Amino acid sequence: MKEYCERALNVAQLKGATYADVRIIAREVQGITVKNGQVQSLTHHESFGFGVRVLCNGAWGFAASATLSQPEIERTAALAVQLAKTAARTHLHPVDIGRPEKHVGRYRTPVKTDPFHVPLSDKITLLLHASETMQKVPGIAVAEAALELQKEEKTFASTEGSFIEQEIIETGCGIEATAVGENDVQNRSYPNSVGRHQGTEGWEFVERWDLLGNSGRIAEEAVALLTAKPCPPGVTTVILDGSQVALQVHESCGHAVELDRVLGTEAAFAGTSFLTTDKLAGFRYGSDAVSLTADATIPGGLGTFGFDDEGIPAQRWPLVDRGQFVGYLMSRETAAGLGLRSNGAMRADGWGRLPLIRMTNVNLEPGDWTLEDLIADTDDGILMQTNRSWSIDDKRLNFQFGTEIGWEIKNGKRGDMLKNPTYTGMTPAFWGSCDAVCNRDHWVIWGTPNCGKGQPEQVAHTGHGAAPARFRNLRVGLMR
Amino acid sequence: MLTEIELRRITGSALAYSKADQTEVMITENDSALTRFANNEIHQNVAERDTTVLIRVVFGKKIGVATLNRADEAGVRMAVERANDLAQFQVENPDFKTLPPPGLATRVSGFHEGTADFSPEDRAWAAGIVLRKAKDAGLVAAGHVSTDIAQIAVANSLGVFQHHAYTESQINVVMMSDSSSGYAARLDGNAARLDPESAADEAVAKAVAGRSPRPLDPGRCEVVLESYAVCDMLDFLGYLGFGAQAVQEGRSFMAGHLGQKVLGGNITIWDDGLDPVGIPIPFDYEGVPRQRVNLVDQGVASGVAYDSFCAGKEGRESTGHALPAGQTFGPIPMHLHLAPGEASREDLIRSVRRGVLVTRFWYTRPVHPLSITVTGMTRDGTFLIENGEIVGPVHNLRFTQSYLDALRCVDGIGREPMLNKESFAYDLAPALKIGAWDFTGSTEY
Repeated sequence: MKEYCERALNVAQLKGATYADVRIIAREVQGITVKNGQVQSLTHHESFGFGVRVLCNGAWGFAASATLSQPEIERTAALAVQLAKTAARTHLHPVDIGRPEKHVGRYRTPVKTDPFHVPLSDKITLLLHASETMQKVPGIAVAEAALELQKEEKTFASTEGSFIEQEIIETGCGIEATAVGENDVQNRSYPNSVGRHQGTEGWEFVERWDLLGNSGRIAEEAVALLTAKPCPPGVTTVILDGSQVALQVHESCGHAVELDRVLGTEAAFAGTSFLTTDKLAGFRYGSDAVSLTADATIPGGLGTFGFDDEGIPAQRWPLVDRGQFVGYLMSRETAAGLGLRSNGAMRADGWGRLPLIRMTNVNLEPGDWTLEDLIADTDDGILMQTNRSWSIDDKRLNFQFGTEIGWEIKNGKRGDMLKNPTYTGMTPAFWGSCDAVCNRDHWVIWGTPNCGKGQPEQVAHTGHGAAPARFRNLRVGLMR
Repeated sequence: MLTEIELRRITGSALAYSKADQTEVMITENDSALTRFANNEIHQNVAERDTTVLIRVVFGKKIGVATLNRADEAGVRMAVERANDLAQFQVENPDFKTLPPPGLATRVSGFHEGTADFSPEDRAWAAGIVLRKAKDAGLVAAGHVSTDIAQIAVANSLGVFQHHAYTESQINVVMMSDSSSGYAARLDGNAARLDPESAADEAVAKAVAGRSPRPLDPGRCEVVLESYAVCDMLDFLGYLGFGAQAVQEGRSFMAGHLGQKVLGGNITIWDDGLDPVGIPIPFDYEGVPRQRVNLVDQGVASGVAYDSFCAGKEGRESTGHALPAGQTFGPIPMHLHLAPGEASREDLIRSVRRGVLVTRFWYTRPVHPLSITVTGMTRDGTFLIENGEIVGPVHNLRFTQSYLDALRCVDGIGREPMLNKESFAYDLAPALKIGAWDFTGSTEY
């Protein structure tokens, strides 16, 4: 690999690049989906290729190819330089990536059991049993169980002398039960919705989440939702479970602190951000209970790695400190613009895409409460669990979320089940209304394997440590 | 790119190598490029060349699927072996009948030299027009110009061989002032027809007219939706309602209602993957010729899209709407058309007593699948209409709205459908005037 890397970098420099990096990546994904007792999908995907990124005449160029050969490396590196030169014609300000960064190292996701070494028959048997358990509940029309395993081997090299090899292993799993009634359809998912929960762990991840032990419960809840009361409209106290807090963090903090969005370079698609650079000097993002951190070093998170795709070592970085906005997710280029160094947040979706600023593990730091005490401390409110819908404006201010299930809270006790719960708000007011976060015993690094950004669109895998939290005076029940 | 002869040889070699009862080979190739601009300069300029080989093997009723991005002899054999290995661990799927037999796909022309020859300099030229117009208007532009040269070949052991090469090009533009933004997009098979000038003008006009928006209280009112927003509605109907699997599982609003009125009598929707106005692709990912499917005919649910698996469960033929093997979502119509009416855009606006003109939707997500209740924001040009005239820009609004209910109270349909690709489907839709729309919140800009 080293020879191929050197050739790409040499060609780029000979063609005029002042900086170049190359990533060679082999990605392997195994997917299994069982539906209603049948293995509906059993797939193995492999993708291999390389991408060359160059700076030439003060502008970026990037080209990628699936064919790793000397002639193709030369063609691709030359094309990247040509693209940079073309872009430079419109450039108003030459790109500055700050001081040189040379890092040499290796990283491998620590796993107890490599998920690709677990026999396929064991995986299929687990999913079949989970599906059958859900199907046994009368009223269930669709019972799905899924696994997704990914291994990515990456080599990174740059003209500044970096050479990094990484192997990132991910394991994901999930079950979903769909109940169909006369005029209604209701879903319940576990551990998370939108297909699965995922982390940088081995097979131990699947064992810990115990799909089988939870399949009967979620099927029963899906059926019960068909006849549950609708979430009433109004303004009330809401306790969100950890997985929903995680998505709220992802949408209203994680994206809002991406410095490329703030600087306008994602404006046409993903949008911009209300957290403009003037707000670094003392903007109140949330209450004192709210501290948010980007941490790519935490074991098991879906945004955990050794080095980002600019070769910067993984870091822990404060974003919001006791309610005060203090930091961004940054690349080398955007950090240099603020007189800072990158905090290692550049990631690309495979070999064929340009690295962008992406979330690592963006976490809400745990508080002191137990969930039981939090419910007991709430006179009147709603407990909402497991995301069903999510939407937020292009500056990350106005949002509306729905969850799969809700529960009334009356006089400190969990009451009746509620269907179609929704809540809406504005980001700073929402986090300003947070008066309690549960403790580390409830804290989980939730995986979000479906984060879209960029043109051409890229899908990133991000993590979000979160525990249940309470929010006051939220508007709920938006669905008629 | 591989030639058709090479594709025949590679797919034939894979079929000959496989020991399965039935085998399917799909090869796709893409040579894509995208020039992205923001802050009135090109900031990302990228190109990617990739190939995907997908093998589906069937042993009895056991199915395995493998993909690889190598289309050489060794790569294809490796994919066959991987799929074989997987199939050995499968359990029988009694609902599986057979891979599809050969069918005659209509030859359609989808390959344009104007796109194949569109160089980095041409993309920079197109972007340059947008950037110049932004500067002239005192605005900031963001967006992209992209091209894709693609081909797909599908073969199976029952004798199917289909091949189609096509091109696609897009420009999208967001123009921004300090208090407003405007949007325009163009999609065409031929990049030489993209017309960046008109896209830039459209977005500039919206951004200029949108300056200094005022807050508007949310609530129910009339709306005029530009075709960008209508395409979003079509996409949701397509993936939540118009696929046979969703109907068979009872998750679709069409389930149990075929032959019944489900939308307004002035609404007709069909899928046509052969229409040369769109991006025609004459067969699906199983190699089945795409049929035109009338989905809603004057408000009446009249048909849904099938792949061979869902069709087999009902003892009928596929309509040619399969996704690649291994997907679990079922068939989806990907070339949706909403029948145009006779109104001009101005006619639609004139017919509104008090309502909102919406350029496009943003971040739309289903709140409830059966009623296709969706929440999302307006973006890049939202205006208040009073007594038939646009009176000024307003802050972006959040809606929570059943798209089905909205399509039951359409009282004006534009006469100029526009081709768009908001997410996965190629949609051809006109602007609509809708009698009642639920805005449930607003933002600060």
